Amino acid sequence: MIRYILRRLAWALPTMLIVTFLVYVALRVGTNPVESYKRSNPRVTPEKIQQYIDINGLDPNYVLGYFRWLNNFLNGNWPRSIKGSREVWPALKDAMANTLRLGIAATVVGVFFGLIFGLLASLRPGGRRDIAINTGAFVGISIPPYISAILLQLLFAVYWQRWFGSSLFPTSGVYPAGHTGFDLFLMLKFMALPTIVVAIQIVATYSRYLRSSLLDVLNSDYMRTARSKGISERRILIHHGMRNALIPIVTVAAIDFGSIVGGLIISENIFSYPGMGLYFLKSFSDGDFPLLMPWMVIIVASILFFNLIADISYAWLDPRIRLE
Amino acid sequence: MAEKILQIRNLRVTFETPFGQVFAVRGVDLDVEEGELLGVVGESGSGKSVTFLAAIGLLSSRARVTGSVVLQGEELIGKTPQQMRSVRGRLMAMIFQDPLSALNPVHRVGKQIVEMLQSHQNLTNKQAITRAVELLDLVGIPQPEQRSNQYPHEFSGGMRQRVVIAIAIANNPKLLIADEPTTALDVTVQAQILEVIKRVQQQFGTAVVLITHDLGVIARVADRVDVMYAGRNVEQGLVDNLYDHPSHPYTRGLLSSIPQAGKDRLTPIRGFPPNMMSPPSGCAFRTRCEFAEPSCEVDIPELKVFNDLQTACLRAHQLPSFRG
Amino acid sequence: MHGSIQGFALSNKTETSLTPRQMAFRRFVSHRAAVISCVILGLLTLLVIFAPFTARYGVNESVQVPPNSFLTPRANAWLGTDDIGRDLYSRLIYGVRVSLIIGLFSALISVTIGSVVGAIAGFRGGKFDDIMMRVTDLFLAFPFLVTLLIVRNVLGAISWVQPITGEMNSVRFIILLFSIFGWMGVARIVRGQVLSLKEREYIEAARAVGASRRYIIRRHLLPNSIGPIMVALTFSVVGAITGESTLAFFGYGPQAGDGATSLGNLVGAAKGAVQTGFWWLAVFPCLMLVIIALSVNFIGDALRDATDTQLDRGI
Repeated sequence: MIRYILRRLAWALPTMLIVTFLVYVALRVGTNPVESYKRSNPRVTPEKIQQYIDINGLDPNYVLGYFRWLNNFLNGNWPRSIKGSREVWPALKDAMANTLRLGIAATVVGVFFGLIFGLLASLRPGGRRDIAINTGAFVGISIPPYISAILLQLLFAVYWQRWFGSSLFPTSGVYPAGHTGFDLFLMLKFMALPTIVVAIQIVATYSRYLRSSLLDVLNSDYMRTARSKGISERRILIHHGMRNALIPIVTVAAIDFGSIVGGLIISENIFSYPGMGLYFLKSFSDGDFPLLMPWMVIIVASILFFNLIADISYAWLDPRIRLE
Repeated sequence: MAEKILQIRNLRVTFETPFGQVFAVRGVDLDVEEGELLGVVGESGSGKSVTFLAAIGLLSSRARVTGSVVLQGEELIGKTPQQMRSVRGRLMAMIFQDPLSALNPVHRVGKQIVEMLQSHQNLTNKQAITRAVELLDLVGIPQPEQRSNQYPHEFSGGMRQRVVIAIAIANNPKLLIADEPTTALDVTVQAQILEVIKRVQQQFGTAVVLITHDLGVIARVADRVDVMYAGRNVEQGLVDNLYDHPSHPYTRGLLSSIPQAGKDRLTPIRGFPPNMMSPPSGCAFRTRCEFAEPSCEVDIPELKVFNDLQTACLRAHQLPSFRG
Repeated sequence: MHGSIQGFALSNKTETSLTPRQMAFRRFVSHRAAVISCVILGLLTLLVIFAPFTARYGVNESVQVPPNSFLTPRANAWLGTDDIGRDLYSRLIYGVRVSLIIGLFSALISVTIGSVVGAIAGFRGGKFDDIMMRVTDLFLAFPFLVTLLIVRNVLGAISWVQPITGEMNSVRFIILLFSIFGWMGVARIVRGQVLSLKEREYIEAARAVGASRRYIIRRHLLPNSIGPIMVALTFSVVGAITGESTLAFFGYGPQAGDGATSLGNLVGAAKGAVQTGFWWLAVFPCLMLVIIALSVNFIGDALRDATDTQLDRGI
């Protein structure tokens, strides 16, 4: 088992390098960093331009440039944003915190309810409850998140205001403008709508996952053996059914969570929630290379890390995989 | 006359499918005596498995079961699921064909036996584990203590089937139903498993119902034989009698179709197995029987004593003697 | 000594038996939702094909002389008008046409490329398969929108691709963009199917009589993968249509000039309409998108059920 982990870790490092290199190339080709720099700072001198090229590793030779960038990155010499020379890390840190909060909340809520619904649905396949849950999940998946976001905004903010005078849930931001410090209640209030929007998708997806996985398990031969033992239905469901059905779900959940850091762009945009999504959109449209690269590194790291977690948890949960 | 452990009278099982009703079992009468090994033989679709799945209560809700199944004096048809759970694994146990998939892959083997023990007996963990190891030893698994901590995929096919048997006999049931236990195994391993089953029967006085389509298996271990065709019994009797002078044309056909050294040509039974959604009227075998006459179309033959066998053929007494 | 007889009880009718295709068709039509979806999509397609006749106005035509902007639904503008007085109903028809074209063509291209690559990867295995799996794994793991935007920019920046793709805002470009995305998912599905088919006896038999690899892929593997391929096709269509509206939402949607629009663009405009209370500009395009997405999803789901040969859950 340890060997398995070590082997996967050994792969992770070169993969990381390759992927960040590809990202580096894609960003250079796609956003044209130097031109963007010149556009944001119209009266910049040729020396400044060369400085910019140097600290960002934007050499004409992509490979050389990449390693130069990598060197600076690993040494903590992070170039500043092209707009106003802001420092990257504070902005990135805040964005990450916000998105993580939203992502974790939505994932916890979504997976929890999704699994419950999936379980309820598979207890009596084909029954009314099953059909209702299935259809609901289906609709949930088919409605793109921004549509549900808009509808929820309409309902809870705009119309609620018209009917009741003030909106139940705010539609933008993390705190009201100008607020400082930490206030749990306010934070939750502002997070409510975005969390619901994201959670809807998660609930829909996971209820279908679990239903399908559980039905597969419930129809397998060892379930028949379990039933022939005369043990209680509850024990059968939990110790045999769920124990096996959850294996693929855990791995999928780990992978999904890995991409959540960059995956909430739409919701963040609609609710003006200052997380990684908004950070990306802004810096991308500005072509702000110094802001973009660290962002991408975090995304890649998160994906690879959670892929690894997924593999490990799969091996841990399913003994058949361990003896490879 | 020995005690009867199991008495099945006029058992009928019908399945509701989207394509129509399937009459899988159409009036089966069967007795199992205490401590005997009854071989139930028939082709796929004869209803042999369904009969006993109905007896032990493991059929899906799509099955409609009528008739009587009496186990040690208690009527099983009509019991609530909870009541059946007390019977299953304690008074009567069932093992199935494919040992590969019959065991839960994520639980250790010992734990699966312990589960069987603790659902019906009041044992401490330690007691149960000790007993589980004993059982593994009983079915012939070497180094039982170590192996009880292993997972199913670490066992070979034959070993796994032994584990399945160990689980089934854990609570010393009066009746063990083995549904094609050797079909998925190599011939050499088959012999070993049959030997284990025979040993269980003799050592513990467990009555065994061995369901198979393999006449060789029956000849090896069975005390009595019941031949089934198209959801009904066609012939019953002691194994030696049946193999020596079968009356029913189907049984004769079965025995004749066995390849023998010295025989030039194979003699299969002509025709095809019947469609269980609309089986032939009267005697279902008449469409393939060389002795069929018009009256066979009308009456469904009942089991009647002839010679020292029970045969369900209207013309049993008129047929020429059988030359194997 | 081994005397045993195999038989089968259910489907050996002496009357006509059903081919797998007929059985699949029957299973499909037993899903009521899918059948309704087919009808809906069929009607929609007809409506859209005969656009000049079914639309009441041109795509850039004003409903009447000003004042004509932001009119509520009424007799001469069934679904209301937009900011410069154009009939929403007509624009919706033309818009859906564009989006359906995008969805259909990109799905067809994705599925073609994806099936071939997936079949080869699954069948040959080895390095090619390994690399393909890793690459697609990684690509698909990235947040969708991020990769979409980046690939879009990169594609647009590669000058020698221009003649094929056209401008970054053209419909052609978007079709190609989604094709690049779509083929990977299809390839994985087909690969999975081929892997499971590869070990079947009839493939071994074909190999034993000397069939070439290409022949086996063409004559055995691909036809038996039609089921998953069709399912992949439907989900690609939904993916492309939804993706197109996502792009449009951020302002990167197809702008084909002359006021031409796509469903995505209309939905994108919904964002602004919410706050201002012009509900029809938000509700109708969103509703149309949801209906299309739901319908295609239902059909895909039913197709998957209909063609899944393992689906006979025990009696």
